[in-house]
Amino acid sequence: MKAARWSIPLAIFVVLLAFLWVGLGRDPREVPSPLIGKPAPAFALTRLHDPAATMSNADLKGKVWLLNVWASWCVSCRVEHPVLMQLAASKAVPVYGLDYKDQPDAGRAWLAQNGNPYAASLLDLDGRVGIDYGVYGVPETFVIDKQGVIRYKQIGPLTDEALQKTILPLVRELEK
Amino acid sequence: MTLSRQQIAVTIMLCLVAIAAGATKMDAPAVDTAFDARIRKLEGELRCLVCQNQTLADSNAELAGDLRREVRALASSGKTDDEIKAYLVARYGDFVLYNPPVKMTTWLLWGGPFALLVCGGLLWVSIGSRRGRSVAVTSPDVDAQIRARARLEGNDAA
Repeated sequence: MKAARWSIPLAIFVVLLAFLWVGLGRDPREVPSPLIGKPAPAFALTRLHDPAATMSNADLKGKVWLLNVWASWCVSCRVEHPVLMQLAASKAVPVYGLDYKDQPDAGRAWLAQNGNPYAASLLDLDGRVGIDYGVYGVPETFVIDKQGVIRYKQIGPLTDEALQKTILPLVRELEK
Repeated sequence: MTLSRQQIAVTIMLCLVAIAAGATKMDAPAVDTAFDARIRKLEGELRCLVCQNQTLADSNAELAGDLRREVRALASSGKTDDEIKAYLVARYGDFVLYNPPVKMTTWLLWGGPFALLVCGGLLWVSIGSRRGRSVAVTSPDVDAQIRARARLEGNDAA
């Protein structure tokens, strides 16, 4: 009975510590996407640089590609932009842009000024495709495999670390 | 161009006024119909993903506006509340629901408080029974105290 005196509070403390350890290590802003492992929602959107043409996700079947959600009004997009430029230069994987709720002119001007890392950018003027993809904080990046299935979602700016540790190894794996 | 302190203060004040004006802007004039009441109730059960502690109904975030528009469109196309919730859950996960479903990943969330209640109850009972025993043991002392107090009071009266 004497041992129980301090062992019960100790046990409670250890359990509490474990919960806090896991809980505080998480980013509450990162909501896990239910779309991982599911077919990428279909879209057919106007191209930013060729308003007469549309592109759909079906056009990219058979390719591993990234869908990067961006906008000219998005501040964090400026943070990840150099990383995207580097990725585009390395030609490791094609990146398609989803220009989310943007003015087309502003989007084009932004890319002209900062450089265009995208194989193509698509206009999501009213944000409907964004909703289909569960976008809630631009920038977001999806890794989509040859069958058109979403395999990974990065919420927030792409970092060099996320690219090297997670995304590029995944892309290499999916390209096999 | 250099700004004087006063000019900066005026600029900041104007910005704040602009923010306040934007914050009070409403989406549409409220028309009290059964449909609107239903939409409002539904929006109150859904979370805004941007400002995560607000419901869709409360939030002024742009995404919340878009989702309200989507909820309204789905409802007017004849979708039931459950179908609308399923639509949002398919895109954003259970997190959009303020009332998360009971399933494997949420058992701790739902069962945890009851487990704690049971633990607390057991602890209460065990401490209560131990104290009951110790009271019985110390009761002669209590009797002694009562007798002592009676003696003191008796002295006072004398």
